[in-house]
Amino acid sequence: MAKRLGQQTIVLDKQPIVLAGAAIVGRKEGDGPLAKYFDEVVDDEYAGEKTFEAAESRLMRDAFIKALEKSGKAAKDINVILSGDLLNQCTAASYAFRDSDTPYLGLFGACSTMSESMLIGSILIDSGAADYVACAASSHFCSAERQFRFPLEYGSQRTPTAQWTVTGAGTVILGKDGQGPRITCVTPGKIIDEGIKDANNMGAAMSPAACDTIVQHLQDTGRSVDDYDLILTGDLGSFGSAMLRELTVRNHIDLKSKHNDCGMMIFDLARQGVDCGGSGCGCSAAVFSAYILEQFRLGLLKRILFIATGALLSPTRTQQGETIPGIAHAVCVEA
Amino acid sequence: MKKPISKHEYQKLVEKKAPGSHVVRNLFAAFFTGGLICTVGQGIMMLVKSFGADKDTVAAVTSITMIFLGAFLTGINVYDEIGKFGGAGASVPITGFSNSIVSPAMEFKKEGYVMGVGAKMFLIAGPVLVYGIFASVVAGIVYFIWKQVM
Amino acid sequence: MIDLSKAFLLGGVICVIGQLLIDLTKLTPARIMVLFVVCGVVLGLLGIYPCLVDWGGAGATVPLTGFGNVLAKGVMKDVDEFGFLGVFTGGVKAAAAGITAAVTFGYIIAITSKARIKK
Repeated sequence: MAKRLGQQTIVLDKQPIVLAGAAIVGRKEGDGPLAKYFDEVVDDEYAGEKTFEAAESRLMRDAFIKALEKSGKAAKDINVILSGDLLNQCTAASYAFRDSDTPYLGLFGACSTMSESMLIGSILIDSGAADYVACAASSHFCSAERQFRFPLEYGSQRTPTAQWTVTGAGTVILGKDGQGPRITCVTPGKIIDEGIKDANNMGAAMSPAACDTIVQHLQDTGRSVDDYDLILTGDLGSFGSAMLRELTVRNHIDLKSKHNDCGMMIFDLARQGVDCGGSGCGCSAAVFSAYILEQFRLGLLKRILFIATGALLSPTRTQQGETIPGIAHAVCVEA
Repeated sequence: MKKPISKHEYQKLVEKKAPGSHVVRNLFAAFFTGGLICTVGQGIMMLVKSFGADKDTVAAVTSITMIFLGAFLTGINVYDEIGKFGGAGASVPITGFSNSIVSPAMEFKKEGYVMGVGAKMFLIAGPVLVYGIFASVVAGIVYFIWKQVM
Repeated sequence: MIDLSKAFLLGGVICVIGQLLIDLTKLTPARIMVLFVVCGVVLGLLGIYPCLVDWGGAGATVPLTGFGNVLAKGVMKDVDEFGFLGVFTGGVKAAAAGITAAVTFGYIIAITSKARIKK
């Protein structure tokens, strides 16, 4: 059974296994440095559907099917799907899985959804409540733009701290037995709001939450940065990552060269015109499900801390003058 | 966990470290783009005038043509690129006003012709009309009073 | 030729003011558009904007401030002709061509084209 360790960390006895993962991304992501790791690159932003929302659901469903295939499991083996996205009412996820004939729990953790779903999924397996679960998250540049910013064809300039919402979906299948890296402990994060108001600077809004969760995790487990091969944040981007370093140093933690950020890995920042890097639930979901799992398979990673980060941004509350709360959940994955 | 930095300090730090806009580059781009669009407008004005149209007709035909150009360039997915390059140079001219009307209408077409195209058309441009017309009413009242007094 | 250069120069300068507001004050584009129209109305009322139009032609009429100027000019004209009733008729009457063109072309273009991702 799962045991609590320290303030927030939960140690998993059964150590659920990440059986397989799959990621499907859009054209721009398919042009980025991680292109060869993705299972599929979809060139058409409509993905053959009529609307961007339907396209996002399609990416999500296809990534789920692909991950199932790779795990050797059938849909009926999956006890529950844990999934979410950025859209109101978790539109992409609920429409992606409406025909899945599988129990479904919709999650909203903004861009932290991937680690949130893995965190809950691994506890469900550890407790014996589920044998196999699917954890999925997605985002789509166009559906996010129209909900959070401007219409696509509106001529506006992006600010230098802005990030580019990743078009993509990632799914991992967790199981009680099988081959693959194990989830050994998890640290759910607190909502941290340091008063950032600029919706074009989400990295700065999220990095205090990422710092808080990292510090708490290390404190709870008594580990240091050196115990990890990689501390992987979700989508802080280049500026958010710089702020994370500022904050961790003030907590007497040196991330050294151990830190990387999915938002900076998925795009070539200098070449692809994405300002501070990628963002969106699909960013960390795709990078983890494709690239990170492959690194584990090749034996290049032994233990990582995966911390997807979310800006719990509400356009309504932002217009009302409110600040942007951030959140980050950590999942420790070991070979 | 003890807080290593106060909210206020953090906001200050973010402000200090955040990468700034390339102001000089943006100003040149805005000047060039806006200037060019206005030059096109001037060209149209001169052309219409050469047909012997009166002053009011020239003004009306010019703005109708410019609005059409803005809408057309939006429809063929070009105006957003001009906006990305030119910033205010693309949004301040009347072509930008046109872009701000066409782009949401295109985007929200999927939500239907009434609640999508119809309702969302003035998503961005609506405030311009609201405040523009309201300001003209205030200006009219001021002018009316001024005339009575003088 | 000199008219074209003047239009380029004045139009460019007005847009630079807008860009300065975007980059230095963090005002959103929508707010800047509102600000420009209202400024145009005020400058039109004060009789300043018509001088800019005389000098720069389209450099003054094409930016949104020019739209504000048209509103002000129209309202003053109708107040002259119809008295107080002109307050309610003048502005939109003068701007009718622009507004109707925007709605008409906006509608036609919107239903015939498709939003695409920025590459």
